Amino acid sequence: MSPSVRWMRLLSGILTVALAGTAVAAPKIQHWVADNGLRVYFISTPELPILDINVAIDAGSARDGELPGLARLTAAILDEGAAGLDADAIARQFENVGAEFSASIDRDMASLSLRTLSDPRYLDPALDTFEAVLTRPDFPERDFDRLKNQLVVAIRNSEQEPGKVASKAFYQALYGDHPFATPPIGTRESVARISRDDVRDFYRQYYVTGNAQLAMVGDIDRAQAQAVAARIDRELAKGKAAAPLPPVKPLTESTTVTIPFPSEQVHVLIGQPGIRRGDPDYFPLYVGNHVLGGSGFTSRLVKEVRENRGLSYSVYSYFLPNKVSGPFQLGLQTRVDQAGAAEALARQTLEDFIVEGPTEKELADSKKNITGGFPMSIDSNADLVGYIATIGFYGLPLDYMDTLTDKVNAVTREDVLSAFKRRLDVENMVTVIVGGEAASPE
Amino acid sequence: MRTKFLPLLILASVASLHAAEETNDHPIHEHILRNGLKVVVKEDHRAPVVISQVWYKVGSADESSGATGVSHVLEHMMFKGTECVPAGQFSAIIARQGGRENAFTSRDYTGYYQLLEKSRLPIAFRLEADRMRNLELKEEAFRKELDVVKEERRMRTDDNPRALAYEQLYATAFNNAPYHHPVIGWMEDLDHLELDDLKTWYRQWYAPNNATLVVVGDVDPEEVFRMADAAFGGVEPEPVPRGKPRLEPPQRGERRAVVRAPARLPYLVMGYRTPVLGTTAEGWEPYALQVLSGVLDGGRSSRFASQLIRDEQVAASAGADYSLYGRYDGLFVLNGVPAQGRSVAELEQALDSQIEQVRREPIGEEELARVKAQVIAGEIFGLDSIGSQANLIGAAETVGLGWESLDEYVERIQAITPEQVREVAQRYLEKEGKVVVQVEPLPLAPMALTSDEARS
Repeated sequence: MSPSVRWMRLLSGILTVALAGTAVAAPKIQHWVADNGLRVYFISTPELPILDINVAIDAGSARDGELPGLARLTAAILDEGAAGLDADAIARQFENVGAEFSASIDRDMASLSLRTLSDPRYLDPALDTFEAVLTRPDFPERDFDRLKNQLVVAIRNSEQEPGKVASKAFYQALYGDHPFATPPIGTRESVARISRDDVRDFYRQYYVTGNAQLAMVGDIDRAQAQAVAARIDRELAKGKAAAPLPPVKPLTESTTVTIPFPSEQVHVLIGQPGIRRGDPDYFPLYVGNHVLGGSGFTSRLVKEVRENRGLSYSVYSYFLPNKVSGPFQLGLQTRVDQAGAAEALARQTLEDFIVEGPTEKELADSKKNITGGFPMSIDSNADLVGYIATIGFYGLPLDYMDTLTDKVNAVTREDVLSAFKRRLDVENMVTVIVGGEAASPE
Repeated sequence: MRTKFLPLLILASVASLHAAEETNDHPIHEHILRNGLKVVVKEDHRAPVVISQVWYKVGSADESSGATGVSHVLEHMMFKGTECVPAGQFSAIIARQGGRENAFTSRDYTGYYQLLEKSRLPIAFRLEADRMRNLELKEEAFRKELDVVKEERRMRTDDNPRALAYEQLYATAFNNAPYHHPVIGWMEDLDHLELDDLKTWYRQWYAPNNATLVVVGDVDPEEVFRMADAAFGGVEPEPVPRGKPRLEPPQRGERRAVVRAPARLPYLVMGYRTPVLGTTAEGWEPYALQVLSGVLDGGRSSRFASQLIRDEQVAASAGADYSLYGRYDGLFVLNGVPAQGRSVAELEQALDSQIEQVRREPIGEEELARVKAQVIAGEIFGLDSIGSQANLIGAAETVGLGWESLDEYVERIQAITPEQVREVAQRYLEKEGKVVVQVEPLPLAPMALTSDEARS
């Protein structure tokens, strides 16, 4: 018998005993509201001489109104010109000191991020530039026209990827006339209609103290953090939080959207509107979905569709919690002639799960993975700044990280069953099929 | 004007000070087991977590024509069970421990990693030691996994015009050298792969003397060495085959290829053969090439962003890629998408004139200082992730440079002069050695939407 066989016996002995995992204390989030209403979330981590800053603004594509692409263009133009500096000067001022700046949007928010060294000689110039870009953008005309052209190229790029084509159709079918229906990247037609004034007005309406928050993680102390926050709070226009988005209407029938596409694979998406951030069903749905399609190699969908049948490389499901009900989405992609079989198997796996729920063992294993993996989700400044930005933006409790393990462990099989039955309705699902001929699936 | 340009001297001295502190705070320790397994440990005590990686020195560069893709398929099969850990159990055990795990295959290496709370490290070690030699390669599991890999190829490459262009770039640039074929393999080869090919491959390459164990995290190096000895010490070594060198004949003029695929956008990718740290005759050259790629495409202040995208508006996007860590000569790659209303030909001309410029005139001191600042900062930013620290160590070790080369990196970049950047541009980015691939879009089907009622 080889030595490794012996170890494995030993190992299985160890594994039957529940390991007393070291409890990991989450770092303390410091929170305050600056004079003009800017919400601030801060964790001091002096171990590395770096600082991460994230400003999140309720100015995602859900605020686009009649002009899809507007939120994205607004976020993109900020560092093209600000406080009299042109794009070259701004880029140099960041990069001369090694700082990394980026701006991005999703449906919920616009995010401006800065990563910089914390030594004041590099930190101060980086912060000066960041603050100028956020609070004093110039919206230069020539750059605006170029950004519009670049956005059209990005839109055309999204039209040549079957996965992106599927995602766009999925959101349209799920959300109908809700602001979540339109693609954050915009459409060719809408981008053509957006003027520089639209962008400036959008900025003035949404980029205001009461509609923004600042998250900071890194090698600065509370006094420094307060100074940074006070300055952004002072320079940013004063204003109120954006009005709440309309609620999402539940689907009233099942629809299938079929889009012919000259690809080797068919992309299949199945889903419906799911949950908001802070939803009371969040934990049972999150833990349950971990079993169904959220845990990679050990999930039911991967076992059924990939491991047992070899039908797909990637197959998954998730609930994306947004400000309003984000999607529940199940996805896979497979060779054209297998599309019907793969879709049927994935759907059956979903329906079985809604009826039966997880086994006690599956549930216990998923809880172990989620709680045992928690230390890895807060082990870097990058993770932490993402975490506290999310906690702040969605108004989650400040002790969210401290109570997470208990909340996950409290979920029972009955909780999962009940939540899935109440929140997912197999009679009212959207199915999107992109690829192959325009044949209807079997 | 607001902030003044920062003098390089201050930046250099302070940043190297940080780098020095950092290496003293987190030294790297190594230990070689009797069976040849090299263990490299780096401490990072910021959080109670650890990453464990096993790197095998085998990748697609070791494959021969007709059997391409075998390294990557074997990587998939490594999760399919051993005598003591049945199929799927490897992942299940790691998952129950709260772990995150996966694997990767490249031209130069195949790697497996687990990210865990620190007390669970021995579990990862034992599982990896077990599958280093005891894999049960079964026909039925292999057939299914081969189907999965083919789906992966369809998704990543066949339905992705830019990936097809990259595949074609390497196939065109390297006629005989090991980087000729794609990591995932040609579909035509996957169709003929047999279980025996995998068995042979596994026996040949998966041995402690052909592997490096990298551990980064909240650990004590001595204790890690003891645990590694306990877990891996009994694994038998294996003589590693040394094939004949596959050297690239000289390129006698520009090469061009076209990929016609359903697409909305044209795409251009160009490559020039360049040395890496392990193959260069002049130790500084790869660092100068790295600086050159930074000048062209290092952030939004780079020449491509400033001149091609913002000023000339000939490119919607443009990039430059170079890696100095590889087992063989690689490519200095330029790529781009033309701006609205501009052609691929115009974009290529613009890239050519960018290259002409760096061949003709030394780069500016200010540009050079900025690239160096980005390198120094990037080095420190990289310390935020135990995963990226481990990746650097593993890659440096596996391509034969040793982790010591990482310690020199900042210093060597700092020493590069504008003249050296011009010199490597002249030596390597020359017309006769140019390889160009462009994507010519074929029409996509009209985006007709059809909705129908639910199927019962």
